[in-house]
Amino acid sequence: MDSPLVIGNREFSCRLFVGTGKLPSSRLLPEIVKASGTQMITVALRRVNLSRPEENILSYIPEGVVVLPNTSGARNAEEAVRISRLAREAGCGNFVKIEIIHEMDYLMPDNEETIKATAILAKEGFVVLPYVMPDLIVAQKLVDAGAAAVMPLGSPIGSHRGLRTRDLIAMLIEKIDLPIVVDAGIGKPSHAAEAMEMGADAVLVNTAIATSVDPVAAARAFSLAVEAGRISYLTQKQQETLYAQASSPLSGLLSEEKL
Amino acid sequence: MKATEAFLPWLDFDIDGFVSRVTEKDVERVLEKEVLGYQDFLCLLSPVASRFLEKMAICSQQLTAKHFGRAILLFAPLYLADYCQNACVYCGFRVMNRFPRKKLSLEEIQRNGEILAEKGFRHILLLTGDAPAVTPVSYLEEAMSILSPMFDSLAVEVYPMTVEEYQKLRLVGLDGLTIYQETYDRKVYAEVHPSGPKRDFFWRLGTPERGAQAGLRWVTIGALYGLANPLHDAFWTAMHLMTLKKYYPEVEWGVSLPRMNPAEGDFVQKYNLPDKQFVQFLLAFRIFFPTVGITLSTRERPEMRDILIPLGVTKVSAESHTEVGGYAEHQEQVPQFEVADKRSVEEIKSVISSKGFDPVFKDWVRMA
Ligand code: SF4
Repeated sequence: MDSPLVIGNREFSCRLFVGTGKLPSSRLLPEIVKASGTQMITVALRRVNLSRPEENILSYIPEGVVVLPNTSGARNAEEAVRISRLAREAGCGNFVKIEIIHEMDYLMPDNEETIKATAILAKEGFVVLPYVMPDLIVAQKLVDAGAAAVMPLGSPIGSHRGLRTRDLIAMLIEKIDLPIVVDAGIGKPSHAAEAMEMGADAVLVNTAIATSVDPVAAARAFSLAVEAGRISYLTQKQQETLYAQASSPLSGLLSEEKL
Repeated sequence: MKATEAFLPWLDFDIDGFVSRVTEKDVERVLEKEVLGYQDFLCLLSPVASRFLEKMAICSQQLTAKHFGRAILLFAPLYLADYCQNACVYCGFRVMNRFPRKKLSLEEIQRNGEILAEKGFRHILLLTGDAPAVTPVSYLEEAMSILSPMFDSLAVEVYPMTVEEYQKLRLVGLDGLTIYQETYDRKVYAEVHPSGPKRDFFWRLGTPERGAQAGLRWVTIGALYGLANPLHDAFWTAMHLMTLKKYYPEVEWGVSLPRMNPAEGDFVQKYNLPDKQFVQFLLAFRIFFPTVGITLSTRERPEMRDILIPLGVTKVSAESHTEVGGYAEHQEQVPQFEVADKRSVEEIKSVISSKGFDPVFKDWVRMA
């Protein structure tokens, strides 16, 4: 039996988070949620249009699903902090994904500014999920800054290249005592399964679902892959424990013999 | 002005010589590549590549989906004034055209803004002719102070300004800048701009860079197709964009490919960009610049716009009036150019949705 993933004060039984920025229509969201079982949906605050309900993406997110606004458009910590506060005022709750970018081709995150923003926002009571280039030292600093999870990129946003940063993510999984959510670069369900199988706590998928010919079916495929990857990870883990337990009675026996 | 200087040598590049040597094999090879160089872009612009339109379209569609998803931003232009001191031979606003000129009062700006906001627009582009004596930076400042509470993003397409002037406007809500070089062919440039400050080719050329230096979030550039050899202008536009991107990677660069439409007057086009070649150019831009925004204006006919929406475009204007204050009242003002797509914003929205795209009105959080 798996225990739920806890981020902030919320429990998630589904470990697939879904991005919305590239969808053909917000109207698909309820169906995507149904097909995938996702309980966390990211929304770019720059897209949240409160002036018209039919154009406001928030009105399509089903009740009970956590909204994770992101700070897309921010180029430094100060702007990310400002956008996060606006998101909270706009009724998006206190979860926030920090995304600080000032290079428009690969959209690589600025880790340094991200640490700064995380520290400020965590102090203000936000549940902060920073999007970073995977780096163990940066992740440790994020823990100190009060992050609620760490979101390392698998490969550049929208690249669909899978886990090109696999070895770096593995270090975070091993050493960081926070949920690790692999974000960006997951282009196929098999990539998602791979991330989960290596021990990531969740994955965030955006482009691959949104630009699929059938986003609802794609959401389901990713959800199944995430689940399969998770079960695989858990069973591998159990096997490890099994071996460890089997050896201990024997060693006990040996030591008894010695007595 | 590093980017502008770095661009200058491209103006002497032997475009025709290169294009005449392009073969089908070259184009095929380019379409297999992941990262393209300038020679590859020229291959895609070449007449030989017109035999590969289908392949280019697929490539362009895939790249756009990857980087922009299925969202298309809608914006509206708002003409604040039609006074102009230049004599651009292709424009209805040129100084020698006699018609009652108009400049919106602050109340009229408010009224036009309200109408656009009511239609759902959150991004607008403010335009004037080139007459800083009538529409000085202080006037633009006042206009923006009125409009910025109503919209999420304000951009200008006005006379070229200094870095300091752009910075001033940033403080009252300016995010973006659109500036067309019109043509990069210096000889034709001199011919079609017979008098007025616009004759200064280099001052105009440095404008996008000054906008970037002033910290503007996004800058769109382009040539006006129909003035000079379209292939030359497409190539130079791309090289201009390439150098600007290199020096200012933090800016969201965009490109637009406006084609000339009839204006008040009697300008006879020497060149034109036929539909097929226009589509080819647009696809070439997308393939060469996968992450650059591409704007499509209402200069294009509805049928053309409908075809182009799923092919690589990311921003479209809708329900545009190109005469001053055209939203508030139906006045007799002269338009800058003929709008070819006169459909309502609701119609455009439904076209975008029917193509499997999301019409987006807001894509910005104001930082200033
Ligand atoms: S193109 Fe611009 S500068 Fe030239 S005449 Fe028209 S409004 Fe004036």
